[in-house]
Amino acid sequence: MLTYVARRVLYSIPVLLVASFLLFVFVRATFDPTVKLRASRDPQAVQRERERLGLDKPVPEQFVKWLGDFVQGDFGHSERTRESVSTMIVRALGYTVQLIFWGVVVSAIIAIAIGVYSASRQYSKLDYTFTGLAFLGLAMPPFWFGLLAMQLLSSGPKQWFGLSEPIFPTIGLHSPGESGINLDYLRHLVLPVMTLTVQIIASWSRYQRASMLDVMSSDYIRTARAKGVPQRRVVFKHGLRNALIPLVTVMSLDIGAVFGGLIITEKIFSVPGMGRLFFDSLLYGDIITLEAWFVVSALFIILFNLIADVLYGVLDPRVRLA
Amino acid sequence: MSDAPLLEVDDLRVEFTTDDGIVTAVDGISFTVEDHEVLGVVGESGSGKTVTALAILGLLPKKTTVTGSAKWRGRELIGLGDKELQPLRGEEIAIVFQDALASFNPVFTIGSQIGEAIEVHHEIASKDRDERVVELLDLVGIPNPRQRADQYPHEFSGGMRQRAMIAMALANDPALLIADEPTTALDVTLQAQVLEVLERIQARTRSSIMLITHDLGVVAGIADRIAVMYAGRHIETGPVDQIFYEPRHPYTLGLLASLPRLDRKTHGQKLYRITGQPPSLIERPPGCTFHPRCEFARLPEPCATVVPALEEVDPSHRAACHFSEGLVGLTPERLREGQRA
Repeated sequence: MLTYVARRVLYSIPVLLVASFLLFVFVRATFDPTVKLRASRDPQAVQRERERLGLDKPVPEQFVKWLGDFVQGDFGHSERTRESVSTMIVRALGYTVQLIFWGVVVSAIIAIAIGVYSASRQYSKLDYTFTGLAFLGLAMPPFWFGLLAMQLLSSGPKQWFGLSEPIFPTIGLHSPGESGINLDYLRHLVLPVMTLTVQIIASWSRYQRASMLDVMSSDYIRTARAKGVPQRRVVFKHGLRNALIPLVTVMSLDIGAVFGGLIITEKIFSVPGMGRLFFDSLLYGDIITLEAWFVVSALFIILFNLIADVLYGVLDPRVRLA
Repeated sequence: MSDAPLLEVDDLRVEFTTDDGIVTAVDGISFTVEDHEVLGVVGESGSGKTVTALAILGLLPKKTTVTGSAKWRGRELIGLGDKELQPLRGEEIAIVFQDALASFNPVFTIGSQIGEAIEVHHEIASKDRDERVVELLDLVGIPNPRQRADQYPHEFSGGMRQRAMIAMALANDPALLIADEPTTALDVTLQAQVLEVLERIQARTRSSIMLITHDLGVVAGIADRIAVMYAGRHIETGPVDQIFYEPRHPYTLGLLASLPRLDRKTHGQKLYRITGQPPSLIERPPGCTFHPRCEFARLPEPCATVVPALEEVDPSHRAACHFSEGLVGLTPERLREGQRA
């Protein structure tokens, strides 16, 4: 098992190198930080800026230099805020990791519960209800769902019941002056996590239902029943363990979508995380920040794939040998 | 109570509703399994052998219609729910399934799966349970049982897996072991080994065995009695010798005639075959379900109109054929020659 994990880690290194090179090339190809100097009366200004940023050198050379700095933790300085990019990213990650953590945990728990229930009570009223809700959820774009949730669960009730403050706040993850995991934090989390997860829960629960139905009709489930294992244990021990294997694949693939969802969610709920950082840097054309942002995101996605690979190994002994 | 046979099945009928119509997989069969008896159930694929076994233990999908009666030591099983059947499953009646690779859960070790079979029925210390698992694996002839118990199904070879499957079924010394095509997925050498394991266990534990197979050769050496199934019905039942040497149903005769023989010169000769296809279980032929394929059928009366009853032709030997009297003395060889001529 340990060699299996070690091998997975080694595999991710070339993936990360290739990904960061491609991202670097694409960013260089699409953004020109000297545009704003074009209007300058000094004809040498553009040239000087290009030399200062190292843009006059070939792209591979630029990449090697950038990579060398990057692995030492020097991500450069933001064009927009003049701050160190690494400081900005670390700060933003602090918020984003919280949203991703709660998002994935909540999505997984709810989706698995719905999937298992729907599969064991196939074609029941509640199964049909969940199916209907799943399609509704899938059809709901996060930017719209976020605004809707804000209106119906936050500002709406505050106005209707004349509350002094909304039940679920819509700005940030803490009220001013608060910190740590407390009721205030949880109240702040509800709406952004909901916005982030509604589509994910909808799709994961469908996968889990299908996967569970498939597993429950296999021969080894019949064997378990034939040796007298109670139905509940058949479902949760023999069925669920096997049905989670395909779900892990879907979950790791969807992490990219979670990152995308963050950009909208953090913007709507004013969370100063990675999504907001991306949005603001993009509008400003801050390529130094964007480059680092892309590579850190790629790092995260690769990390989640690594976690998925390890989970495969934990869930399925046949994978460990491969 | 003590007079009641171990298992007494009466007019068991199993129907599945499909998009194409109602499939009658088992069409009113009656039989008994006595203590210490080995009953061979023989028939081609789709004749209802496995479904019979699953129906007795209530393992069929919920939408299946099961009627008739199956009494275990005098107690009715048909109609009982999962909760009432659980104490029986694996404890008094255990099943060995055909495809051991698919029938073991791929994500748990063989040992833990066998251990679970004990655990769900008995309060047992984990150390004693593990000892028992090793003992069982040893009993079915698995070398290094202690190491093997910690391996996963995919680390076992086909023959070893089937042995482990038998070990799991034996975990609680069941009074009846249903072996559903235990050798079908194996090559001939392994078939012989697995049958030997079954025989040895039967001699040792004296449990009853219901051996389901499509291969007459498999039951010949081990069964006391044989029931031949065709299209969801028992068409001939009797002691093994009578079925083999004095078959009284054209289908049984056809099956015997189609067996290759090592002790006869058949070089360059084609094997006997039963012509035609097994009947559809949705629209079964009227009268005797075998009549479209039967060499001896008299059409249309009575074979295509009247369902022949399973009647005694000799003491304890029953056949469901209108002309079973006429088959007396007819050997598989003569049938074979007839087809060649």
